Amino acid sequence: MTARNNGQASGTVDTIVIGAGHTGLAVSHCLSERSIDHVILERGEVANSWRHERWDSLTLLTPNWQSRLPGFSYSGDDPDGFMAMPEVIGFIDAYAARCEAPIHTQTTVTSVRHDSDVYTIATDRGDWHSRSVVAASGACNLPSVPKVCDNVPANIDTVTPHAYRNSEQLKEGKVLVVGASATGLQLADEIHRSGRPVTIAVGEHVRMPRTYRGRDIQWWMHSAGVLDEGLDDVDDINRARNLPSPQLVGSHDKKILDLNAMTDAGMKLVGRLMGFQNNVAQFSGSFRNVCALADLKMGRLLDTIDEWAETSPDAATYEPSERFERTRVDDAPCLAIDLCEEGFGTVLFATGFRPDYSWLDVPVLDRKGMIRHDEGAAKMPGLYVIGLPFLRRRKSSFIHGTEDDARYITQHLESVLPIL
Amino acid sequence: MSEEATVNNGVNVGALLEAREALTETPAAAQFKWRASCNWENGTHSSSTVESFFGLGEEQSHVREYSFDADHPEIFASEDKGATPVEFVLVGLASCLTAGIAAVAQNRDIQLKSVTATLEAPMDIQGILGIDSDVRNGFEGVTVNYKIDADASQEDIEALVAQSQKRSAVFDIVANPTNVNVEVNSTA
Repeated sequence: MTARNNGQASGTVDTIVIGAGHTGLAVSHCLSERSIDHVILERGEVANSWRHERWDSLTLLTPNWQSRLPGFSYSGDDPDGFMAMPEVIGFIDAYAARCEAPIHTQTTVTSVRHDSDVYTIATDRGDWHSRSVVAASGACNLPSVPKVCDNVPANIDTVTPHAYRNSEQLKEGKVLVVGASATGLQLADEIHRSGRPVTIAVGEHVRMPRTYRGRDIQWWMHSAGVLDEGLDDVDDINRARNLPSPQLVGSHDKKILDLNAMTDAGMKLVGRLMGFQNNVAQFSGSFRNVCALADLKMGRLLDTIDEWAETSPDAATYEPSERFERTRVDDAPCLAIDLCEEGFGTVLFATGFRPDYSWLDVPVLDRKGMIRHDEGAAKMPGLYVIGLPFLRRRKSSFIHGTEDDARYITQHLESVLPIL
Repeated sequence: MSEEATVNNGVNVGALLEAREALTETPAAAQFKWRASCNWENGTHSSSTVESFFGLGEEQSHVREYSFDADHPEIFASEDKGATPVEFVLVGLASCLTAGIAAVAQNRDIQLKSVTATLEAPMDIQGILGIDSDVRNGFEGVTVNYKIDADASQEDIEALVAQSQKRSAVFDIVANPTNVNVEVNSTA
């Protein structure tokens, strides 16, 4: 564990990096390469979110060979395995140990202002001044919970993935998991195994097989160039940025985590949660269509992979093309459940995350509270953001996607620094 | 390129995309209000009209007033002077989804040759007759069956229909709960 609170708690530097997670440390590495004077401010410890805001059983969605950052990569003996949280924390700690810049841990940024071409970064341990700021504070600071959460019957617990650690903290009774992304299905699977019968409310989702034609789906997406797709390769960048995480889990048995697997395990699937009438949860009648959308979209991804595979010099070594069973949907999916009468104890809202910019007093936020930016350069000279979904490329939200983005924004930053 | 240019489903997608971009910047202009008025004629027969609506920040109107007679079939001891109200719901759903298919096809450069939908919605009328309070008044479900001839693969056609449902107002209205406030103003 790194504790580097020694040294000054205020001062003037070229660049302030907010956050000592993998993105902040990667940016620091690239800034050091360019000899740009900077410090990292971290509210807690290195890798704080991975340490304190994730559930116990979480593993990365990407195999170990994809765990790499600028100047640093996985060196273990299981390149096809998936890191659990202690390994992720160890990986980032080891990266932080090589960091040349001061990391001020236990230093919470309380505001960032921009006056007369100078950024003032106020913290609970003193103020900093800089010509540029990189917000590397993460994309998942707050659980994003729909308004209907307020109407959950009073005697039923509500939990978000931020507070959830393991199934033992849930009271007995059935559990309604709202959301069918990676988070929703992983937690549904684990909770159902704990003996608490699970119902999953399914909205739009991204279906993806863990392995395809004998190889990991991430290998295919990497090789076929899908993960390198940039802003010009997608029709609607807002949509691409707001896609739920794919239905994947990183486990040694490479199991497929899709809705059919949930059905086979005995879980019940219903449509998107629309609201409550007294104790009755109401679900959308669009369940069949969200499954059709996801099945078709997965089919298009596999078509893209097959097309690439045919042109590859190694084409003969790949296993044959395959297609997966369509998502099975009941003839008449359930539209309403009286949660109290049916013995539900908990509603878990696995409905996504969002960044927290409550400290950012610079007018760059859109009406949804997200930073307006162009490939990481915010609409204010000298202000940058990194670590957001599809910041510049589809891989931007993954650890291995950090390097390209960190190099791009630090190059941009260096080019404008003389005129800031 | 010349092939793409010939795709014409009669939908001005360019204008729709421009409107979408403009309304992203000015969300207030995206606030619409739809209206209908209904006048009781006799028995179960009523006539409804639509003409004005609100949108883009001001009052708007159709090119002319449209009117619709609604009634019930003769087996309900009515005079059958128009479609049954529940059939208007099916008409609304079908026409909304079909318009969406045309727009999405245009946007995806898919030439449509024919699009036909048939809809069926089972209903246990013990609900509306108050025979059994466990039976809901409305449809038990709705089945929409599309026959589409287009210059596209089966998967692309299925994707058109799926995307149309995703963007359909009436699909949402039928598939999801909506608060309904019915107020009464005395004319006395």
